[in-house]
Amino acid sequence: MSDKVADGTPMGKPVPFRGGGFLPRSRKIVAPILFIGLVAFWEWGARTGFISPLILPAPSEAFEAFKNLLSSGLLWQHLAASLQRLLIGWFCGTLLGVIVGTMIGLFSVARSGLQPLVSAIFPIPKIALLPLFIIWFGIGEGSKVATILFGTFFPTVIATYGGIDNVDRGLIRMGQSFGLSRMSIIRKIILPGALPAILSGARISAAIAIILLVAAEMIAAEFGVGAYILMAGSLMATDQLITGVAILSCLGLIFAWLIGRAEKYFLKWR
Amino acid sequence: MDLSLRNITHHYDEVEVLRDINLDIKQGQIVCIIGPSGCGKSTLLRMIGGLERPASGEVLQLGDPPADCLNPLTYIFQDFALLPWRTVEGNIGLVLEDHKIGAAEREEIIADVLARTKLSEFRSAYPRQLSGGMKQRVAIARALSVRPAVLLMDEPLSALDSQTRELLMDDLVDLWEKENYTACYVTHNLAEAVRLGHKIVVLSRRPGEIHEIVEINMPLSERTNENAELEKIQKRLWNLMRDEARAADMELVNER
Repeated sequence: MSDKVADGTPMGKPVPFRGGGFLPRSRKIVAPILFIGLVAFWEWGARTGFISPLILPAPSEAFEAFKNLLSSGLLWQHLAASLQRLLIGWFCGTLLGVIVGTMIGLFSVARSGLQPLVSAIFPIPKIALLPLFIIWFGIGEGSKVATILFGTFFPTVIATYGGIDNVDRGLIRMGQSFGLSRMSIIRKIILPGALPAILSGARISAAIAIILLVAAEMIAAEFGVGAYILMAGSLMATDQLITGVAILSCLGLIFAWLIGRAEKYFLKWR
Repeated sequence: MDLSLRNITHHYDEVEVLRDINLDIKQGQIVCIIGPSGCGKSTLLRMIGGLERPASGEVLQLGDPPADCLNPLTYIFQDFALLPWRTVEGNIGLVLEDHKIGAAEREEIIADVLARTKLSEFRSAYPRQLSGGMKQRVAIARALSVRPAVLLMDEPLSALDSQTRELLMDDLVDLWEKENYTACYVTHNLAEAVRLGHKIVVLSRRPGEIHEIVEINMPLSERTNENAELEKIQKRLWNLMRDEARAADMELVNER
């Protein structure tokens, strides 16, 4: 500031820029490059013997196993069994969860009675209850669906009543001031207001459903991705094991994508 | 239909917020309620519309609302209270859906109020696409759609910037010129009060009591911005309120 030109006006120097940043963007190209790079490195490691085939089979071997699975037609049998359990369990769990969560969100009696119960049961790993479910619902489909249903029920309940608690009170008061019926307020103001929270709960419960699916299928299931992985594990067929895990990962991605679409559609007003 | 408030007293737990309020709201009149923050003016408005119950005293409707009136006591809120997931017409439709009117008539009402508030081209916009002033216009259209007997306005312009506030104020005046609606208008802005009010009720600091009622007989259309008489009234109101406002400002907030 002391530098001055001849006529006495200060030279001036640009104000240093210190804003910006803290705004990570996802660049579409990075993820595929990283993924392909990792798989290529893995393949290279396996071929040069850097990674022993006993520890980890090469991706190409896993892909071979996948092709075998596909050509034998077993893939569809495993997938159909898994998807059926997953969809029934997740759908019923979510539906019941939304209903119970709405009741906790709306009624004092339900809130005082059920909220502590939900808090008490939510942290129990549902896998620990699997033997009980087998006694209650039989060793067939019943116990597997019940495990998934229970696992997805509780997070949905919590997401739903949390969402209802956060609905703007001003909007509810507006509904009352225009003489809307109680049912209308619930249907047109409270539930749409809680929908963002319910959908993000669905995202979490879908991941939990897949985790529980595999756990449930590891006990007494003939078909199912979990059974396939268990079988591969006990035969030390690591290539098949990797294939099974990749199928699960794809399943999870597809679910997340579907819920993302649902969010885009239902929450387009945001 | 007139409204009459009789001996309204209210307290939250131990804190007395309103004390012995007596007030008449006559048909075709705009009554402005002003007072320092926390004096219970919004609480009083909620009581007038039946959203809150006073500890003692009552709000009476004198006479019946007009037969075609769907929701006699209708609010306009400071924060607009529009459903973000409904479009402009959906938000207006919301308050009509519970009434026994056919789809054709509902459509007619919506088109009519949108025209009256100059919103017709924004019918299918979502609230997030609208400016604050437009949102409040939608809320006004929604309030008009139920053909209210009395409009209850809770600081309707306070969330807007000053230019928008001017514009909306003109709209409210024009609308009154045309329709002579009855209103109770709560504000902390003295300029708004002298511009719109036929009767200005000054509340004191908590517990809110009626400090003074000032009547202004000048027609709304003559109340321009630089009006000596209005400025005199506004100055007088400010003198009435200044000490109270200062004291209210120094108070600790312990509820709401």
